[in-house]
Amino acid sequence: MSEGGAVLSETPTAGEAPGGQGGVPRHYEFVEGWGMACGNYGGVWRPRSAPEVQTVLASAGARGAQLALRGTGCSYGDASTNSRGEVLDLTSMNRILSFEPQAAPGRGRVEAEGGVTIEQLWRFLLPRGHWPRVVSGTAAPTLAGAAAMNIHGKNNFSVGTFGDAISEFDIALPNGELRTVTRASDGDLFHAAIGGCGMLGCITRLVLETHAVHSGDLEVDAIATRRLGEMMEAMEARRESSDYLVGWIDAFASGDNLGRGLIHTARYLEPGEDRAPQDTLTLAHQEQPANILGLYPKTEMWRLLRPFNNAPGMRAVNAAKCLAGRLEGMAGPQRQSHAAFAFLLDFVPNWKFAYGRRPGHGLIQYQSFVPAAAAQACFEDLLRLCQDARREPFLAVFKRHRPDPFWLTHAPQDLDDLGGSWSLALDFKVTPETRPNLWSLCERLTKRVLAAAGRFYFAKDLTLTPGAARTMFPAQNLAAFHALKNELDPQGTLQSDLWRRLFAD
Amino acid sequence: MITSGGLLRADSPPHLPISDLAMDTPQPTTASPRRAIVIGASSGIGAALVEALAAEGASVGAVARRAGLLDELSAAGGHILTRSHDVRDSAAVPELFEELVRELGGLDLLIFAAALMPAVERDEYNTEKDLAMLAVNVGGAIAWCNEAAGFFKSQRRGHIVGISSIAADRGRKGAPVYGATKAALDHYLEALRNRLSEANVSVTTIKPGFVATDMTAGMGKLPFIISAPSAARRILSAVRQGAETRYVPLRWWLVGRALGLVPSFIFKRLNV
Repeated sequence: MSEGGAVLSETPTAGEAPGGQGGVPRHYEFVEGWGMACGNYGGVWRPRSAPEVQTVLASAGARGAQLALRGTGCSYGDASTNSRGEVLDLTSMNRILSFEPQAAPGRGRVEAEGGVTIEQLWRFLLPRGHWPRVVSGTAAPTLAGAAAMNIHGKNNFSVGTFGDAISEFDIALPNGELRTVTRASDGDLFHAAIGGCGMLGCITRLVLETHAVHSGDLEVDAIATRRLGEMMEAMEARRESSDYLVGWIDAFASGDNLGRGLIHTARYLEPGEDRAPQDTLTLAHQEQPANILGLYPKTEMWRLLRPFNNAPGMRAVNAAKCLAGRLEGMAGPQRQSHAAFAFLLDFVPNWKFAYGRRPGHGLIQYQSFVPAAAAQACFEDLLRLCQDARREPFLAVFKRHRPDPFWLTHAPQDLDDLGGSWSLALDFKVTPETRPNLWSLCERLTKRVLAAAGRFYFAKDLTLTPGAARTMFPAQNLAAFHALKNELDPQGTLQSDLWRRLFAD
Repeated sequence: MITSGGLLRADSPPHLPISDLAMDTPQPTTASPRRAIVIGASSGIGAALVEALAAEGASVGAVARRAGLLDELSAAGGHILTRSHDVRDSAAVPELFEELVRELGGLDLLIFAAALMPAVERDEYNTEKDLAMLAVNVGGAIAWCNEAAGFFKSQRRGHIVGISSIAADRGRKGAPVYGATKAALDHYLEALRNRLSEANVSVTTIKPGFVATDMTAGMGKLPFIISAPSAARRILSAVRQGAETRYVPLRWWLVGRALGLVPSFIFKRLNV
């Protein structure tokens, strides 16, 4: 068993500090995973254009330096950290370049630089009557980061992943080439780079499909469920009629209530259902208030969560949420803005600080994906394993997924039965003291998931081992990915802690 | 093209080898010695700060334009790294900062103490001289404090200290631009403090009165004058207390309040 895995280096290491190559801004910073459970000091490049990205790649190659690609650093674990080298941060390339509202019936087409965030994108699209096809639970990720990690949303079961909504991208390769890639022009690179964790090249520009909406609101319904099986049945029953589906689980409930929780379903409104779309399709309607009760700034609200950030506190919070969910379920369907429904994780800014702000304190998310037929038994076992270890996750989220064509996809690909899969995401508190025990619990969870032919998602991972990566993917997929990596990046310039932990042989 | 097909059978035992990960445990921050950078370290308050910090056992990066004086400083003992640098060369700051922080093994405190205060005659309007003050006192401070701000914010801890002056409080006949540069510094540091408070980073504005340094040499007999080591001791005490703004010595706070109350029609007739 690894003694708590992952790299957290508190002390900067001596090393050379190459000056601004070709005038590309570079700063020395602490670079950490979003969950704050791993990080290290290093040089961070912030190129402002595709040629500057090429300059940074060339400079790293020439110096034999290793470079990790990073957007806003929203991956919970070590996907965008690099304890042995430097980081290329794409956030300075954040222009939206063009928009065609009617590229196809009900579909728009937006072209943007890789460092544009989902927040920038939805703010641009919504007043124009569009919404991104796939968004995450937070609006903070960049589009290039979302593509590299192939993120998914609450509509993964119906529209697929972020990569499924991409029609074209530019990628700066370690050899200096800037290549435009579509499914037709280079299917291999298209399906390998999306979800390829930034190991093949840096995505500098993307073309995305957008979804035309007829209102700034969704119709949202809540259904309280008493156990996991009931939740899965209720979600299956609503799969056809819902555009979004997400389950929240009280991981503290046990016995007959194991997996009790709350489902939220949402659907887009049809033309005419919203009598005043000109009012709801505005940023003002989407904005969440900056203050609580008009006075208390939301940016300070995480401090209120802090006293509850322990097992008894979270047990109480989860039970209270269950009760509130039952009342919400009785109230019937409600209208809610796209932003409020989609970006629940942004409701309390900086909520992660409730997990502690000192080095080594934070959280990890453990998200596993299990084929539909085996999902219920597997996830019930996972919840029991956490409870037996007295290490219940403070937050548990349940989603439905469909297969997708990307090489390193998180979604199990069941070729016999396209029943898709379910995922369970568990948030665990990390402290330096609990780390070894937590890692050993995650190892037990991983064994169970792999026994059910499950998979994992790298934006949420910090605990897997190379063996897990070898087991979860078909051997030919991994071999093909390594071959492509060797072809495009023979020097191994693009590296991250995640890559070295799971894939480097 | 391959597809990501293939279902792993449950009967193939998952192979989970013991991880070969590098593992660095986080070091307790309290036990590590303090690491500081002082800009403008060759003389006056800056040099005294370097000596005081080194005497406390801190590792100090001492940065100044005059290399010869830096050498004398490092010869005095303690763990002192010296770098010759003109703060007007703002493009060189990121690289020099990185180099120093790597060598110091981290950074907890950055003090910007560099300043120019050339003698200015009562009827002198010398743009070249004035802009040189602006470049050093304001431009240099912005270049170094911005770099430290980004670094401290990323590690969610750290302390930035700017040496301002009581001269910032009123526009006096004797030092229009020196006072303006210090007023600009006050404003910048206040904004930095407000920006960084959420990131657990402190910013302290130090407002010394008269300190016996090269800067005040030849200014005649000055009220409440203290030595540079005494000023340094008081400044480090303000840092430990987490003060936001501190007059050094404290009695200048009263002077400042009193001068602030003098109405303009009287102030313009005073020779202060």
